[in-house]
Amino acid sequence: MSYPEYPEKVDSAPNLKVQGVSVVYSNGHQALRDASFSLEGGTICALVGVNGSGKSTLFKSIMGFLKPTSGVITINGLPVKEILKQRLVAYVPQSEEVDWQFPVSVWDVVMMGRYGAMNFLRIARAVDRKIVEESLKRVSMWEYRDRQIGELSGGQKKRVFLARALAQEGKVILLDEPFTGVDVSTEHAIIGLLQELKKAGCIILVSTHNLGSVPEFCDQVVLMNRTVLAYGPTADVFTEQNLTLAFGGLLREFQFEQSTIQAHDGRKVRVFSDDERPLVFGKDGHLEYRDRSDHEELLKQRSKEHNE
Amino acid sequence: MNALLEPFQYAFMQDALLVGVLIGAMCAVLSCFLILKGWSLMGDAVSHAVLPGIVLAYIAGIPLIIGAFAAGLFCATGSGYVKRHSRIKEDTAMGVVFTGLFAFGLVLFSKTPSDLHLDHILVGNILGISKAQVLQTLWIGSGVLVISVLLRRDLLLICFDPVQARVMALPDQFLTYLLLGLLALAIVVAMQAVGIILVVAMLITPGCVAYLWTDRFDRMLVISVLSSVSATIVGILISYHADLSTSGCIVLAQASLFVLSLIVAPKYGILARRRN
Repeated sequence: MSYPEYPEKVDSAPNLKVQGVSVVYSNGHQALRDASFSLEGGTICALVGVNGSGKSTLFKSIMGFLKPTSGVITINGLPVKEILKQRLVAYVPQSEEVDWQFPVSVWDVVMMGRYGAMNFLRIARAVDRKIVEESLKRVSMWEYRDRQIGELSGGQKKRVFLARALAQEGKVILLDEPFTGVDVSTEHAIIGLLQELKKAGCIILVSTHNLGSVPEFCDQVVLMNRTVLAYGPTADVFTEQNLTLAFGGLLREFQFEQSTIQAHDGRKVRVFSDDERPLVFGKDGHLEYRDRSDHEELLKQRSKEHNE
Repeated sequence: MNALLEPFQYAFMQDALLVGVLIGAMCAVLSCFLILKGWSLMGDAVSHAVLPGIVLAYIAGIPLIIGAFAAGLFCATGSGYVKRHSRIKEDTAMGVVFTGLFAFGLVLFSKTPSDLHLDHILVGNILGISKAQVLQTLWIGSGVLVISVLLRRDLLLICFDPVQARVMALPDQFLTYLLLGLLALAIVVAMQAVGIILVVAMLITPGCVAYLWTDRFDRMLVISVLSSVSATIVGILISYHADLSTSGCIVLAQASLFVLSLIVAPKYGILARRRN
């Protein structure tokens, strides 16, 4: 059987073109206006923007759930309908979207990635089983193949769906918040895998709020705020100026004029961030604020209330 | 033992057994999909909504099953339409649409002189089923059963992850409507045996029983069918010997299996969970 060994022999590097895409929902809300960018095969590209900036609208348009009001999305010149028929797009869902109690095993889920290639009864052929096995081994989940999907850790769950995308052999892989609920070692493992896929010529589009990790693993960035503000190599696009544009006043900045930290302490702070307002600890665990005086009042008041 | 099985020497009991087992198996298979897709209320809605369809079909002189099928689909698609085009949530829309249709059916029925018996429609009449109905049930019932078993992988995928179905260009909308159509047909067929009120139980309980026993879908299908068919046989026998409502006995037998499973099922039963 002549079956292309995946992904070492990707026949042609894909290119994804989004040209002037606007999406208006039926309630009149314009989610995207004139969004354009293009990506060539062999890239990991971050899709960055606040909630409501149109990231998921763009994903839904690429997956054929939304028809743009104007503009076109093509891969290798093919429109979305053809793209999907050729199974060029694979999707890794957010963990919250999955029913983990569902009575399916790891093997079953990864096999679902092969359904598009099977006949209508979806009876697995030898080649399908081989690809599922390879995909599971690549994400180091082969030993877990008979587990029910709810019996896995956060990182393992993520890897199962990544394996499904591998089994589908898509050329454009969409990942929605791949690093939420995932420990650091799994994050590294996932990034390693994405980099392999990138080398193999895939376009990997990652929607993420995890700004800190973007420069570490993405070579390109698409900045969104209900349109595409900028796109291109991370070094050029992921700049302070552009991010301020994309996030408006939402990016926190810290000035340490009124800080507990001193030069002789090496000006060290420890930052805890959940992608929302970061918690910054200065010397001896003192909390750091941009404007200390207001907060000191508040903190005193809270502890007084607590002691009463 | 002979005394226990003695009723099956009668032709009407053989028919009841045949029809009951087939309907039990068909509903059991569908129930697995319904509870996994979160469509339990859909069974309730469609089963009530078929009433006006039956009466209208009777008035128009076309087969009742066609009217029932059309009304059932109308209810499902109508609730979907209300949800998409208003701020009403789907379960609420369904509640309004199906009770409205059921009421419409009752009003129509009270104004239509007929030889239809409302209680046969509401609670079924499996022991008094006609030869023509037996044949119809066998045809449609086995059709629904075969299609839902053959296409189980696709149907499971649209319950589990419709997005994945879409990105692989599988006909996700067609499959959703197919499941809905199979559900409507199953209700129409099962209605004759257990009536439109208790068919809801046949379409939910077996799947729930199986869901407590296993976490693999194919096993869930098998357990669901086994529990449903055995409950049907036991229910029919008890109703014959004790002279009780047949549909009531079938559903009670299923409910008993559910309670038993809820307590003793390995891993997901209450006792097993307490042990852990």
